[in-house]
Amino acid sequence: MHEHTTLPPPVPSDHHADANCASVLAVEDLTVSIGGRMLLQGVTFALQPGQLCGLIGENGAGKTTLLRSLIGVQPSPHGQVSISGLSPRKSRDLVGYVPQKINFAPDLPMRVYDLVQLGCDGHRLGPRWFSRRLHQQVMAALDAVGAQDFAYQRIGELSGGQQQRAVIAHALARRPRLLLLDEPLANLDFRSANELAGLLGHLTRVHGIAVLVTAHDMNPLLPVMDHIVYLAKGRAASGSVREVVQSATLSILYGYPVAVIEHGGRVLVLPHADAQAGEDGCYLMPNGSASGGQA
Amino acid sequence: MFDIFMIHTWIASTIIAVTAGILGFFVVLRRSAFAAHALPLATFPGAAAAQLLGIQPLWGLMGFVTLAVVLLHQLQKLGRKDVAAGLVLVTLLAVGSLLLSMTNTYAPAVFSLLFGQVLGISAADLWPVATIASLVLIGAMSLYRPLLLQSAFPELAISRGISAGVIDIIFLGLLGLVTAMAMPVVGALLVFSLLIAPAAAAQSLSARPLQALVLAVMFSVGMMWLAIALSFWTNWPIGFFVGTMGALLFTSARMFRYIRHRWFSTALPTTMKNSSMKLILAAQPGEA
Ligand SMILES: Nc1ncnc2c1ncn2[C@@H]1O[C@H](COP(=O)(O)OP(=O)(O)O)[C@@H](O)[C@H]1O
Ligand SMILES: [Mg+2]
Repeated sequence: MHEHTTLPPPVPSDHHADANCASVLAVEDLTVSIGGRMLLQGVTFALQPGQLCGLIGENGAGKTTLLRSLIGVQPSPHGQVSISGLSPRKSRDLVGYVPQKINFAPDLPMRVYDLVQLGCDGHRLGPRWFSRRLHQQVMAALDAVGAQDFAYQRIGELSGGQQQRAVIAHALARRPRLLLLDEPLANLDFRSANELAGLLGHLTRVHGIAVLVTAHDMNPLLPVMDHIVYLAKGRAASGSVREVVQSATLSILYGYPVAVIEHGGRVLVLPHADAQAGEDGCYLMPNGSASGGQA
Repeated sequence: MFDIFMIHTWIASTIIAVTAGILGFFVVLRRSAFAAHALPLATFPGAAAAQLLGIQPLWGLMGFVTLAVVLLHQLQKLGRKDVAAGLVLVTLLAVGSLLLSMTNTYAPAVFSLLFGQVLGISAADLWPVATIASLVLIGAMSLYRPLLLQSAFPELAISRGISAGVIDIIFLGLLGLVTAMAMPVVGALLVFSLLIAPAAAAQSLSARPLQALVLAVMFSVGMMWLAIALSFWTNWPIGFFVGTMGALLFTSARMFRYIRHRWFSTALPTTMKNSSMKLILAAQPGEA
């Protein structure tokens, strides 16, 4: 990557121009099975620059498995994954990854600054020499997530929300085009979760990064999410939130009648009150239009 | 105490202390303390094997440490690190007890391998020590950043294409080399103390990785020098001093940190202040 000192401009210029390059991420017919069990089945979706996409599904739906396929560490995936036209293993510079909850030991000799520094050059060999450019790169990443205030504190002594931001800054350090986050909201209280959702929205709007964030609860993400991939039983439906989060679409994914209830701006997905409700057609697609895409 | 025959002792033990300090930093970071304890003890029977075969003790130690490293690495892949270390330890010690019963190694030799023997190091003994130390230094220096990242944040290293398996085997290899090199001098039981105590003390005192690493080396060298001097004057085994000073060092570092936190806590105000919220709140209205 080139050594600019700030995060990418709103519309990143594309050096790997090819036919399919409008999408930062294109997943086509991705199938993953482990030990004969199919965890993901024909998952297809695409992500444009500046889009914030929620990858929603219950525990065990395969969200982590999907993200691992996108960074090329999931063994034996079938199908196509392309990141700015490159395969996952060739596009490590373009992708930032924030794994599921990390436990930081309280006396780990690492400050937030050091973690972000390793985000810039952690893969390099040889000793690290002082470099102004490296320092500026680190500061830009800290700035992007609002972590300047605790940049010089031990990571293990920070709050969960601050640690989460530190890891995001680590992932942003090399100014990726695609940021993948695995359940970043899972261990946060309401306030920190809302702040973090706001931060992710900020990153997409101001820096033009495409963000894919997994969650088992879509509610905290609703205000900032402009695309959704809903996973159930290894299959996925993708589209706008309005298109996907409907009784009809989700019932087909689950293969079971599901009700979508909206209340005060919150959305709940519940098993339908009684399974017979399926007979009034609520889990069939309205007029056969496949709004859910891959259902 | 600075006689010509002691010069070799000073040189060898300083080199050993520096390398042990550096590797110890990563041992503590990787939470591999039990592996660092198991390796020297599992290597110890190598001396008996060497005597049976009539070869140099160092070759026996090298052979056993290689065996231990390979076993440890393979077992760790199957599951838990601590169980792997425990299994390697008991297996090789069992073999060791058999080998010892077959040789005519007499008690003082065994005793010095367990607790160290700093006197009687010859110029010829310095060569293997210097060679192994430079190998370890070059390895640790060229791998510094990936090793740091993989040790402190294994989950984050995966996505950067850093292979946990490769780092693990290289690290265990370096640890094995240091073990074989240091054992005849500081003893099997005390390599562990030299690896763990200075690094753990340093990490609880400094929050910066490089600073903590340098501090670990300084503690390690200081501890070694003091132990030799005290051992020389009192005629007590060096192992006694290394072990007790290690425990003392770690306890004092912990107490120092606790007191510093209690009385000069600077950590709290910044977490309460949270002025970074401004950025996010400012970005909210108008959207959503
Ligand atoms: N290495 C593995 N071996 C066997 N099963 C696995 C493995 N990894 C994940 N699974 C299974 O795959 C399913 C999906 O896991 P995961 O992707 O972690 O779900 P999520 O992140 O949505 O909670 C789970 O049922 C889990 O038990
Ligand atoms: Mg998961």
